[in-house]
Amino acid sequence: MAASAAAAIGSPLKCGLISSQGFSGSTRSFLWRKNEKRNVRKGCRGVVTAKIDLRPPPYSLDALEPHMSRETFEYHWGKHHRAYVDNLNKQIVGTELDTKTLEDIILLTYNKGDLLPPFNNAAQVWNHDFFWESMKPGGGGKPSGELLELINRDFGSFEGFVNEFKAAAATQFGSGWAWLVYKANRLNVGNAVNPLPSDEDKKLVVVKSPNAVNPLVWDYSPLLTIDVWEHAYYLDFQNRRPDYISTFMEKLVSWDAVNSRLEAAKARAAEREEEEERKKTEYEDNQADLDAREMYLESSDAADDSEAD
Amino acid sequence: MAERLSLPELPYDYGALEPAISGEIMLLHHQKHHKTYVTNFNNALQQLEDAVSKSDASAIVQLQSALKFNGGGHINHSIFWKNLAPVSQGGGEPPKGSLGNEIEKEFGSLEALVHKMNSEGAALQGSGWVWLALDKEFKRLLVETTFNQDPLVTKGSSLVPLLGIDVWEHAYYLQYKNAKADYLANIWKVMNWNYASEVYEKECP
Repeated sequence: MAASAAAAIGSPLKCGLISSQGFSGSTRSFLWRKNEKRNVRKGCRGVVTAKIDLRPPPYSLDALEPHMSRETFEYHWGKHHRAYVDNLNKQIVGTELDTKTLEDIILLTYNKGDLLPPFNNAAQVWNHDFFWESMKPGGGGKPSGELLELINRDFGSFEGFVNEFKAAAATQFGSGWAWLVYKANRLNVGNAVNPLPSDEDKKLVVVKSPNAVNPLVWDYSPLLTIDVWEHAYYLDFQNRRPDYISTFMEKLVSWDAVNSRLEAAKARAAEREEEEERKKTEYEDNQADLDAREMYLESSDAADDSEAD
Repeated sequence: MAERLSLPELPYDYGALEPAISGEIMLLHHQKHHKTYVTNFNNALQQLEDAVSKSDASAIVQLQSALKFNGGGHINHSIFWKNLAPVSQGGGEPPKGSLGNEIEKEFGSLEALVHKMNSEGAALQGSGWVWLALDKEFKRLLVETTFNQDPLVTKGSSLVPLLGIDVWEHAYYLQYKNAKADYLANIWKVMNWNYASEVYEKECP
């Protein structure tokens, strides 16, 4: 069973790998082999299972009625989301990806935009988990506290944010997602280091993405999402995507979830700043050592020369 | 002033393609989705004319994605309605004549072609179309896919669409839900090979 699943994966591929220790920027080549039974995990009775689970939404399937129907959840979660999970597990079982976290799988298979086959499934599993948790029964309304302050700062007003988010969701042509993200002093160019990071770079931003792509691949911290694939709204709204988007904003958004994600994102950003600062200091210390060594060698060369005379 | 697009009429009743495609879907697909492409294209075209008359290069460039998306949507769906026909009007009848022969030559059999198109359609991630195309320069048939509302010519300027299958979810969701493969299997029962043959014979007399 594992062999046939592995055979279905396809030919061996190389891709750039972000080191599993984090985003240190170094890459090594990553050979994703079929048939390489590394870390195959056995469940009971020797059945091979890969480890990504289908997580249920944090509410019952009819909890968001009448704004998002039970029928929609039965298909959206029960069929679409489930298929992404099952297909991903089939693709990764017996490969190096099998031991990785879902987020790592996404980043590895994004492969700097040259998508590897498991990307669509992996990213869609994550996106849908994130989407269910972005909503709650009795949701909607307005955020408060620091989140509202940041929204006011970065969008002018809450209404300004809502308009921008709705526009992004409405103009994502084809399938995709719209997001509110926390962008913590990332530059807009991949793998460029922000030389003068400041608090101003830590912004809330609205972005949209096609198909399965999500802001993790741009190194942003997602805070909120809306699924604008047609399957997300067609049973309840048919072609009326703008109505779906408005309903989502007014009745479904879980600002609690957005809040806790913001806290987590800020904590991560702070950790990363500390780490980068530490590395910078280390590098500078090393450079100082090297410089001192050079000076010593130069001076001893000069001494040798003078002795030779 | 450039001529405005208008929504072409459906050559059959909304329910005429049942049970392969439901009347509910045909109605929404034609009167809402296609109509919206037409309306939005005309709006974008108006804005383009304004921008051109003011030589506003920035605005001209900004309008391109709306023009491509909505214009492509109109082009693709106009072909699509002609690609389909009720069984009573020949829908589902296999191609005869030169197109039928060429399909056998190129793909081995009609079944092989159908299988290939269905596989490509099923594998397409997101929204798009799967096409039976004629390369009019090389006089060859091929299967091609396009994303979103990109027309077939975006894959090659010598490509002529003979048949297109809309695999956007709106094309099948109300009836087939997530079972895209069932939609693809069934749509061949209302495929209008007469139209495809006409186009083919015109390019390859």
